[in-house]
Amino acid sequence: MDADREKNRVGENRADAPDLLSIRDLRISFHLPEGTIQAVKGINFRIPPGKTVALVGESGSGKSVVSQAIMGILPKTAKIDGGKIDFCDEAALAAGAPVDIAKLNRNSANMRKIRGGRISIIFQEPMTSLSPLHTVGDQIIEALELHRSERGKASEKLAQDMLAMVGFPDPERALKTYPFELSGGLRQRAMIAMALVCRPALLIADEPTTALDVTIQAQILKLIRDLQEELGMAVLIITHDLGVVANVADEIVVMYHGEIMEAGTKEDIFNNPQHPYLKALLKAVPRFDMEPGERLVPIREIKSKTGHLLKMRDAVPIVSDYDAPILKVEGLTKTYTIKKGGFLGAKKRNQVRAVDHVSFEIPRGKCLGLVGESGCGKTTLSKILMRALSPDEGTVTFHDGGVDLDVLSLSRDALIPFRRKMQFIFQDPFSSLNPRMTVFDIITEPLVIHKVGDRTEQREMAAELMELVGLDVRHLNRYPHSFSGGQRQRIGIARALALKPELLICDEPVSALDVSIQAQILNLLKDLQAKLGLSYLFISHNLAVVDYIADDIAVMCRGRLVEHAPRELLFRNPMHPYTKGLLAAVPEPSLDKPLDFAHLMNEKASIPDQWPAPFTDLGDGQNRMVDMGNGHFVRVQPEAASGALVA
Amino acid sequence: MFGYIVHRLFVMIPTLLVISALVFIIIQLPPGDYLTTMINELRAQGEAGQDKIAFLRKEYGLDQPMVVQYLTWVGLWPTEVNGEYVFNGMLQGYFGYSFAEDKPVADVIGERMFLTFVLNFFTILFIYIVAFPIGVYSAVRQYSVGDYGLTFIGYLGLATPNFLLALILLYVAKSQFGVDVGGLMDEEYIGQPWSIGKAVSVLEHLIVPVIVIGTSGTAAMIRRLRANLLDELHKQYVITAKAKGLPPGKALRKYPLRMSLNPFIADIGNLIPDVVSGSAIVSVVLGLPTTGPMLLNSLINQDIYLAGSFLMFVAFLTVVGMLVSDLALALLDPRIRLGAEASK
Repeated sequence: MDADREKNRVGENRADAPDLLSIRDLRISFHLPEGTIQAVKGINFRIPPGKTVALVGESGSGKSVVSQAIMGILPKTAKIDGGKIDFCDEAALAAGAPVDIAKLNRNSANMRKIRGGRISIIFQEPMTSLSPLHTVGDQIIEALELHRSERGKASEKLAQDMLAMVGFPDPERALKTYPFELSGGLRQRAMIAMALVCRPALLIADEPTTALDVTIQAQILKLIRDLQEELGMAVLIITHDLGVVANVADEIVVMYHGEIMEAGTKEDIFNNPQHPYLKALLKAVPRFDMEPGERLVPIREIKSKTGHLLKMRDAVPIVSDYDAPILKVEGLTKTYTIKKGGFLGAKKRNQVRAVDHVSFEIPRGKCLGLVGESGCGKTTLSKILMRALSPDEGTVTFHDGGVDLDVLSLSRDALIPFRRKMQFIFQDPFSSLNPRMTVFDIITEPLVIHKVGDRTEQREMAAELMELVGLDVRHLNRYPHSFSGGQRQRIGIARALALKPELLICDEPVSALDVSIQAQILNLLKDLQAKLGLSYLFISHNLAVVDYIADDIAVMCRGRLVEHAPRELLFRNPMHPYTKGLLAAVPEPSLDKPLDFAHLMNEKASIPDQWPAPFTDLGDGQNRMVDMGNGHFVRVQPEAASGALVA
Repeated sequence: MFGYIVHRLFVMIPTLLVISALVFIIIQLPPGDYLTTMINELRAQGEAGQDKIAFLRKEYGLDQPMVVQYLTWVGLWPTEVNGEYVFNGMLQGYFGYSFAEDKPVADVIGERMFLTFVLNFFTILFIYIVAFPIGVYSAVRQYSVGDYGLTFIGYLGLATPNFLLALILLYVAKSQFGVDVGGLMDEEYIGQPWSIGKAVSVLEHLIVPVIVIGTSGTAAMIRRLRANLLDELHKQYVITAKAKGLPPGKALRKYPLRMSLNPFIADIGNLIPDVVSGSAIVSVVLGLPTTGPMLLNSLINQDIYLAGSFLMFVAFLTVVGMLVSDLALALLDPRIRLGAEASK
């Protein structure tokens, strides 16, 4: 069916130019002590020269294994059982026949000549994929000298040109910097420079933008596209993000459990998806144009059950004033001093405002989404709310039934009962669970700490929480490592709910998860909110996710809130240039709204004193949040605050 | 960087002062002093008049309060020499007087210190030369027959007590080859000035002690190198290096091996004091004229200045060793060199 359709297409194109890469019936298995696992089960696809092919799938679908096989860097336990990987670039054409990479010895000189020279790869994690001990220049020149004849000054010049091409402002200096001195986006650029310095015929990009902010992601995607045009190379982009795929790919291959589910051109896939898996995948992605009340459809829905313990919320306070916001933050400011160690101890001090007069309210039973890029201060803010950091100024008021609690002045003893009312869900489901504790111990630990109930009640509560987050009660005695990322995140949610809190602070709870799992968790959080009357502060850099789950959205940049509005207003009618820039950078999983690569947000959009008037913010604390009507607040200069700007 | 070194050097002063006080207190803790033993002997001979005892106490300065004894030793309290008051302590380069040997401490330690250095230098060299290739091999070929075999031998080396190995080797050498492996040189050279013959003899005698002292160190080093390297081998940057087309050997040497060296450099600080005080028991068993047995004796005899100077010396080397390894780390790892400045 799908394979046939794909084969036909391959047949049609054969006439013009031979495919750069053609994979036939590739089978790869892993030989582990536990047994043999078929990771890739006879797949076929091709990459035409100069085109972009996207390989789409969830984690564990085998898409990365395919890329490793093409590069000849499969782990030792993996074996190619059969099939062909025919690689036919100009050098191979000149030699008369395509090279079958599947047959080449991984460590042979022939394979090494292809690897890094004619095919190169960039990885997901720019933080770890460069060696921290060697300069950027060293690592780029190394790749160059392996495959080209240039040496010394000449290769240094080529590396410098490449760094300029990928957008380093000062390429000469960049040669001498170490990767840890660069930001994430610049590291990925350095990685791209290293991959492209030998002018390969094929670039494999394995989740190249997953670890980056949206604006940086858009820049990197544009960069790859521009370089592709300039160097005439083909790109195999491996990703689970359908938004990225819609914007860069010419052809798309969808993988699931080591098999190809569907393959075709971008138009085929998005306008006329055939396979149920693909259809499901498309439905699981949050979009901006969703109907009010429309639910995401995860591939596997979680069945959540509420037991009697959770329903009888003894903690539900006699709320005298239900309209009072559950959490009120006013003028929160946190300044860090950065000392620059000079020679002989002379030190310069730089003040950085991580959080700058932030004020917001979370209405009871609602969800406030807090959006911003990395480094904007959202994590510092959540740490202040947690009382893990002390702010310089400002107040945090928690409305607890009839009483207003001043969170920041709570004594050590008063903090303990307060902690039961506000709980946290963390970003990384892997490191936020103690690997040496069973799930039962993890979930009941808050109960033990706060001395809630006796052992039987705790056991009952744990079972009920497991059902609530859709996990099997029989798995309570297992350890975290036997669960997948999404299941672990559900354990984290169960732990946060154990004390029956009223407010949950979710710090990027789904950013480490696959789309389909993300949909599961988001739906679970929505259901729990409705069932248990929870309020959320939902921190994320993913605008579509925030749009899906939040009632109100606040946008944060450089420690300041720049725009704050009900969700239906904010993304439909963004006013602040930063919000506009952010929105413009989000790739949508549909062909109707391609990214406008020509007008991408440049660096200026995140520099407050470069914003156009009346938004220009010189950091003197003069700008104010002004109501534009219907609760839509925007940060503007004081002159404009008088009302000149209602447009 | 320069400011950092100066800062570290200044921090060393209070550190060493505190250590010297602790060392002195600990040595003084057991009841009595060196003279108690001696006086008991004199008494037994029936000639101990209180006058003589008092004279000796005054002679050795043991009649002074402990604080004064300590400060004199350090060189912060003047002593009377020929009617003049002068400072004469460690700060001035005088380490006190060994009662047992009846000589200044510096003279007692002299040659022993040199031989100890030689012995331990070769031991460390042996450990590095043997452990490095084996450690790298067992990490790269993890779970291979070679890895298992070497790991097994390594465990044996770790588990065998050094002195036992020394005894076995002594016995085997004597009974099978008729060689006397005790000592560090042939008897004819003892007390003689240095000559080529003496040096050769010392080198011959070094072989057995180096192997004996080095085995457990080698085994431990293999385990650590293997573990460190295994951690690094699966890091993303190693895959990046391979993906560039680097040959496997070069990719191993340039990236993960270099990264796994950090713990070893950090270890220099611990190794240096070992060079002086370590292997005491083996030295006793093999009759080696090194500092280990001497430290043991001085502690048993309560020869306070000898023991104290010894321990101070070890402490000093530890502090200096830590500084050296910190500086070497900063030199080798740009993250420490540049990162510390950026995040301060």
